[in-house]
Amino acid sequence: MTTPGTQVEISEIAVETAATVTGPVVSKSPTQLAMARFRADKLSMFSFYVVVFYVIAAIAAPILVATGVLDPFTPHQDLIDEQSLPLHPFGGISLEHPFGVEPRIGRDSLSRIWYGISFSLSISVLATLIAVVIGVVLGIVAGTSGGWIDAIIGRFIDLTLAFPQTLMLLALSSVAVAFITTVLNVPEGPSAQFVYVVSILGLFGWTSTARIVRGQVLSIREREFVYAARLLGARPGRIYFKEILPNLWAPILVQFTLIMPAFISAEAALSYLGVSVRPPTPTLGNVLTDSLSFMSDNFTYFIIPAVLIALIVVCFNLLGDGLRDALDPKSGR
Amino acid sequence: MSDTTTAAATSVAPASTETVLSVENLKMHFPVKGSGVIRRTVGHVKAVDGVSFEVAKGTALGLVGESGCGKSTTGRMVTRLYKPTEGKINFEGTDIANYTGRQLHPMRREIQMIFQDPSTSLNPRHTVGSIIGAPLRIHKMVPKDKVLSRVQELLEIVGLNPEHYNRYPHEFSGGQRQRIGIARALTLQPKLLVADEPVSALDVSIQAQVINLLQDLQKEFDISFLFIAHDLAIVRHFCPEVAVMYLGKIVEIGDRESIYERAHHPYTQALLSAVPDVKQAAIGGRRERIRLEGDVPSPINPPSGCHFRTRCAIAKDICSVVEPPLLQIGKKHKVACHFPGEIHQHPEKPVTAPLLGVDEFGAPDPGASPAEVPGDGPGYADTWYDLANNSRGRA
Repeated sequence: MTTPGTQVEISEIAVETAATVTGPVVSKSPTQLAMARFRADKLSMFSFYVVVFYVIAAIAAPILVATGVLDPFTPHQDLIDEQSLPLHPFGGISLEHPFGVEPRIGRDSLSRIWYGISFSLSISVLATLIAVVIGVVLGIVAGTSGGWIDAIIGRFIDLTLAFPQTLMLLALSSVAVAFITTVLNVPEGPSAQFVYVVSILGLFGWTSTARIVRGQVLSIREREFVYAARLLGARPGRIYFKEILPNLWAPILVQFTLIMPAFISAEAALSYLGVSVRPPTPTLGNVLTDSLSFMSDNFTYFIIPAVLIALIVVCFNLLGDGLRDALDPKSGR
Repeated sequence: MSDTTTAAATSVAPASTETVLSVENLKMHFPVKGSGVIRRTVGHVKAVDGVSFEVAKGTALGLVGESGCGKSTTGRMVTRLYKPTEGKINFEGTDIANYTGRQLHPMRREIQMIFQDPSTSLNPRHTVGSIIGAPLRIHKMVPKDKVLSRVQELLEIVGLNPEHYNRYPHEFSGGQRQRIGIARALTLQPKLLVADEPVSALDVSIQAQVINLLQDLQKEFDISFLFIAHDLAIVRHFCPEVAVMYLGKIVEIGDRESIYERAHHPYTQALLSAVPDVKQAAIGGRRERIRLEGDVPSPINPPSGCHFRTRCAIAKDICSVVEPPLLQIGKKHKVACHFPGEIHQHPEKPVTAPLLGVDEFGAPDPGASPAEVPGDGPGYADTWYDLANNSRGRA
């Protein structure tokens, strides 16, 4: 449109000519145009399909566990030798156990990893939701009010960033989990650990979103269409929800897809430190952590969760990049 | 250009003398905050520093000046996007300068604005129909099921295809987008339109179309215009009356003839000398070009006395001491200069000194009797200061 961006421009022209060829001119909203650009990008579409695949797998896992198709908890001691390694080669891969069995007690790896994807994704989705909601609310408040409120939120962001999170997480974990079980009445064990990891990821991960949303609000607020709306007598509610917010969806969506993978790897790191959900409940993080001690003896057991984590993280990041390029063609990489 | 100008001059003669808008001593001082947590106010940007003017019904007042001279700020105060620091905005007899949100709501119908840049003045996420229909919905002017037909009517008025109501702004060209902005401003059937550089973001070939559209609309709906621009040729074409601003003040105001043919302020003369003249070029002649040296001073700390004196070729001692009042020197011509006159005919002695009770160096003169300065206030007085006889009178 305005700036000639090579690939984007070509795909757009292609889209428009396609529309003119097929029939009467169809009017396209900015969102529809962005989606057309997104669909034209093969890498983004590939990562989108991978992400969809993961999401479907994550939704299906609890159902499959409940119906007994996946069995992440039953030990198979008969498949384990005296050194507590699987009997069969390549981590005990067989027809019944396509990803092999776990060393020591011989639980089915496929079931544990599949069920683990479900836990890991729900942890990161919930944590991302918390982070994005806090970030968007604080960002909008800071951007619209300005003055000392803006200054206080800005300092609060600095404080959150300067906070020695990891150290505090480790130190506070037992106290906080106890607090979650007693005060919030969450059942002890995996549930309390789940709540803990979701809340700490969410409560410390909102800063980048807040900053980006604040900047966007500051720039949109001074556009002439906002003045025009005020001049027409629109009330502040209408200005924020109808004029400003529709222009914020794109950066918020992009933030979402960029925070998600960061939280998936953060969950894995927290598992390693022992503050995430603990076995026997599987997450991608704690399966990977467990496999680290068998890395030289049972490489298969380690490589499968490692590749699966890497794949989802990379694909989510590519999806986020693709969305950003599609939604805002003027910003380069 | 000049042919169309004369044509317009005859056709758009001010029909009545009824005043729609009368602005008196309007000031806008933006506070400058220091850094740090406390953020004390360390100064003020005097964006607009006491302007007075009138807009007659059905005509247009052009507001011209360099970037940053306060013309857009004046426009935004008149539409009450900004609350003025001081002064009066009399719209049809009521002072709206201190109106608050609820009181302003009914006024919003009467005063509307056309924005400079059509690429930012239309929300990219809304269809044209919802942009033009928004005022109707906000003010509940027509029943919901009638909004669309009214939107299509407006699209037709501004020369766009009424079937395009469900398109988005990015699907239109710059000129078309400006037409959408004009349609939005027309929706509420305003009496006064503030046009903030409505064509300066458009191609020259499109500018004429949009200006012609505005002229047609003015005739059809009897709308008064406050036309803010920096293009002197367009203002001459569109506005029977022109005010020249410099650093937050009006330095010269008058009807088209007075400003373009008999400018008396050195700043206006400099501005006019910068306009390319096709006729002069055709006969090989070259008009004298008055160059302004230096930059516009900072509005945070404007020069003492006359704001223009730092760049003025004819400035004398008095200019740095006493601020020149806006002196009426013709039936419809006021100028704020101690030495008003046409190029090379500026008087030797400050004509304003006796009126202000000072001597020719600006020091208070005990012997003089300060008189009322003709033309003080937003409108034009019946009597004015006659430069030829150095006396009060009529031409």
